[in-house]
Amino acid sequence: MKVIKEAIAGTLESSDLLVKVAPSQNGKLDIVIQSEVIKQFGKQIKRVVTDTLNKLAVSEGSILIEDKGALDCVIRARVQAAVLRGAGSEELNWEELS
Amino acid sequence: MKLRRSMLFVPGDNAGMLSTTFVYKPDSIMFDLEDAVSPREKDSARLLVFQALRHPAYQEIETVVRINELNTEFGLKDLEAAVRGGADVVRLPKTEKAAEIHELEAHVARIEKACGRPGGDTKLMAAIESASGVVNAVAIAAASPRMIGIAIAGFDYLVDMGTKRGGGSEPELFYARAAVLHAARAAHIDAFDVAYGDVNDDEGFLREVAIAKQLGFNGKSLIHPRQIELLHKAYAPTQEEVDHAKRVLAAAEEAHRKGLGVVSLDGKMVDPPVIEEAQIVLQRAEAS
Repeated sequence: MKVIKEAIAGTLESSDLLVKVAPSQNGKLDIVIQSEVIKQFGKQIKRVVTDTLNKLAVSEGSILIEDKGALDCVIRARVQAAVLRGAGSEELNWEELS
Repeated sequence: MKLRRSMLFVPGDNAGMLSTTFVYKPDSIMFDLEDAVSPREKDSARLLVFQALRHPAYQEIETVVRINELNTEFGLKDLEAAVRGGADVVRLPKTEKAAEIHELEAHVARIEKACGRPGGDTKLMAAIESASGVVNAVAIAAASPRMIGIAIAGFDYLVDMGTKRGGGSEPELFYARAAVLHAARAAHIDAFDVAYGDVNDDEGFLREVAIAKQLGFNGKSLIHPRQIELLHKAYAPTQEEVDHAKRVLAAAEEAHRKGLGVVSLDGKMVDPPVIEEAQIVLQRAEAS
């Protein structure tokens, strides 16, 4: 799945996160994660984000995460929503989202 | 028998509430993809609910998803998320005739099959929100073996009827409550009373709970966690009722042991309906 336009999903409320995606400027996948709990859960958040992007076959694009202490299931959902919006995708492949 | 006194609404796009609501332990949690979610957030809320349904914390509690109507651009997508996410129950809003349940049932079966799941594990319920729905409640309640309950939704119904809530004894809702309740009982499914909108008015809420309980509703739709404990306490049987229920079951057990069809307790016959009522009393007591 290719990110073809800028898109956002989520909020900056507690237990949520804001995900901003944009098309790649250099053909690479750039992931930036900001979190209030980066010291404790940074690796886990990165793992969930990377895993979610891999399942969606996102290999390039700019992904900015502002986390407010979200659960893994929330992170997955918001990353998926932002990517699908950025790809302009209406159809859902539920295998990729599981 | 599944106890369903409290069915708590949770807006499907609220990550904070989805992350914590299970701690309040309502009998059922209803993730709302319909009225609580704005059209521009439907896609994101759908994914959030799909992921939340798969969270371990929600495997121990009954989950219900209120989808958008099937004739909207959102309805079928919501249904895919609910069934594939493993929701226990799908709630169809604004149900007006049995054919809508038949259509829903067919789509649910198709999605279950596509997931490779045995058919039939996703249950259904209908919300009655109009005069047409009330008039057709009997057929709606009996429309599918997947049906576990019907709920009366007061706000839309009263708008359709050209009236509004008046407080007090609520004559404006009497016919709809009685009709929905009879339809549910005739179909042997549960009935849920309207949500009470003012979360700071405990007195008004409890007045309405008392009406629902006395009429025979299994429970109510709730819009705030603080209403759960109030409701559960109001539905809790008294010690006298618990003691009597225990004596009924003991008498029934003794009759069974002696091979008797019926037995009497304090001069009153103990038959299957009395035994069933005693079991419900003890179940509510245990859960309170």
